[in-house]
Amino acid sequence: MQALFGQLLIGLINGAFYAMLSLGLAVIFGLLNIINFTHGAQYMMGAFCAWFLLNKAVIGDTGIGYWPALIIAPIAVGVFGMLIERTMLARLYKLDHLYGLLLTFGLALVIQGVFRNEFGSSGLPYQIPAILQGGVNLGFMFLPIYRGWVIVASLIVCLATWYVIERTKLGSYLRAATENPALVQAFGINVPRMITLTFGFGVGLAALAGVMAAPIYQVSPLMGADLIIVVFAVVVIGGMGSILGAILTGFGLGVVEGLTKYFYPEASNTVIFVIMVIVLMIKPAGLFGRER
Amino acid sequence: MATTAPIAAAPRRSRSNVLAGTAVMTALLAIAPFVGIYPVFTMKALCFALFACAFNLLLGFGGLLSFGHAMFLGTAGYVCAHAAKVWGFPPELAILTGTATAAICGLVAGSLAIRRQGIYFAMITLALAQMMFFFALQAKFTGGEDGIQAVPRGHLFGIFDLKNRTIMYTVVLVIFLSGFAFIYRIIHSPFGEVLKAIRENETRAISLGYKTDRYKLVAFVLSATLAGVAGATKAIVLQLASLTDVNWPMSGEVVLMTLVGGLGTIFGPVVGAFVILVMQFKLAPIGEWVLVIQGAIFVACVLLFRRGIIGEIANKLRIRL
Repeated sequence: MQALFGQLLIGLINGAFYAMLSLGLAVIFGLLNIINFTHGAQYMMGAFCAWFLLNKAVIGDTGIGYWPALIIAPIAVGVFGMLIERTMLARLYKLDHLYGLLLTFGLALVIQGVFRNEFGSSGLPYQIPAILQGGVNLGFMFLPIYRGWVIVASLIVCLATWYVIERTKLGSYLRAATENPALVQAFGINVPRMITLTFGFGVGLAALAGVMAAPIYQVSPLMGADLIIVVFAVVVIGGMGSILGAILTGFGLGVVEGLTKYFYPEASNTVIFVIMVIVLMIKPAGLFGRER
Repeated sequence: MATTAPIAAAPRRSRSNVLAGTAVMTALLAIAPFVGIYPVFTMKALCFALFACAFNLLLGFGGLLSFGHAMFLGTAGYVCAHAAKVWGFPPELAILTGTATAAICGLVAGSLAIRRQGIYFAMITLALAQMMFFFALQAKFTGGEDGIQAVPRGHLFGIFDLKNRTIMYTVVLVIFLSGFAFIYRIIHSPFGEVLKAIRENETRAISLGYKTDRYKLVAFVLSATLAGVAGATKAIVLQLASLTDVNWPMSGEVVLMTLVGGLGTIFGPVVGAFVILVMQFKLAPIGEWVLVIQGAIFVACVLLFRRGIIGEIANKLRIRL
């Protein structure tokens, strides 16, 4: 039983990262109509940013710790993303959307390659912050506090994103621009700037996931490379039409993956892809998707 | 779906240009081993060239971006290597078995992927290829991280000893040229014309009464099959089938080759494959930086150089290549 709950917990944590990453992808896709292949690399950059702040940006005798990193890393990586959007992606909007995919794929190769040359392929450890160390015994299982925190925090971030997009005025501009950018521009809203900020936000979300992942997984240059392909499958399964859908699919698939690890470990790598195949056969638009 | 319109402009159709180009290409490839170019390198490059041509058939002429073409190259390689080494198949039968497996994979993957369009199509093919990668990693017969090594080359049709370098080279050249000619034929057939129509405007093609899904599926299977020929031949040439060939960077590499050479051109993928392989070979001493440079070329191609090498030349000369 302990093992089952343990795997369920790991599943939930993976699900939290799937949810945050696919949410970022969906927000970016909604407005820019491109799939951001650098998303995995930006998740990795978030983790590295946290590592840098702790180990290199030393003031006095301690580096900048986890809590400031949770804010600094997403902003730094988000700004990096906005630079990419302004200097490169913006030139491609008039072309086929596939070029955006190809460009970001190339960028991902460059970013991951540079980090790999600097840091090698092995992981760097990142300490769990002092307050979140240790664990609690829940009776049926032992819960490391940090892992509980990751699940709760990512849920809050996801729901806050949902709230902003679906329930606020800012979000209504965003949704309108997703439907018809030309019309929204005609109403006097600066759509190009909105696109840049949205891209930065999506990228920042990936970096935030990276910071939260740093103490759980090791910080390594390729940590996002395989993950992003799984997240693509998650996006195909959920469909990118709905924000809540992306969150639900992310967490749900993480749990399914965890259960598979317990009951039939050999299939744990492929179970999400198998689910994708089944969903494509039954409901090609995805569980929460609309045909567009 | 939005229209795909990056293809090199071709004001004048001329078959003679393609014939002349093919003659030059064949002559160059025929003399290559005699002017000191390492034959195994050229053979490997020819396999990749065929792979890229197969990919180009799908993207350049069908407008379908598959980000998982490594699955066909790699699977065919594994099956061919296994057939030749464990089952003791002669090379022609081993290549055929590998190719047939790739065709079946193509049928399955294609019928799933064409259910979605554009960007989803790319993501689905990528995910399916990743599934195949994990299968190859875990299955017993693929040898995991080691791959299948020391695949025997054997005797083609029981007569030609493929251990002889000249014979092997000739066989690979013949396979490549046949594949190349076959693709040219497909592109210029009525089927190919419909495919191009679907690329330009799928909705209109549907309204004209074409069952576009069927055309897309056939194109996908053809492309997968030809990629399979390339993969199986490569396994015999290099006597090796490994995880590299099923992994996602390989899927990216074939996109890069096609893009560098010229998307939607006849000769582009061939030139692209040679350029990328020569680059990898020359830059091998700097190790990991090769990936960074490849990524940078990707970015440069997409931003500045979308027609590719052959596309630019064709555009300058105002001909179709």
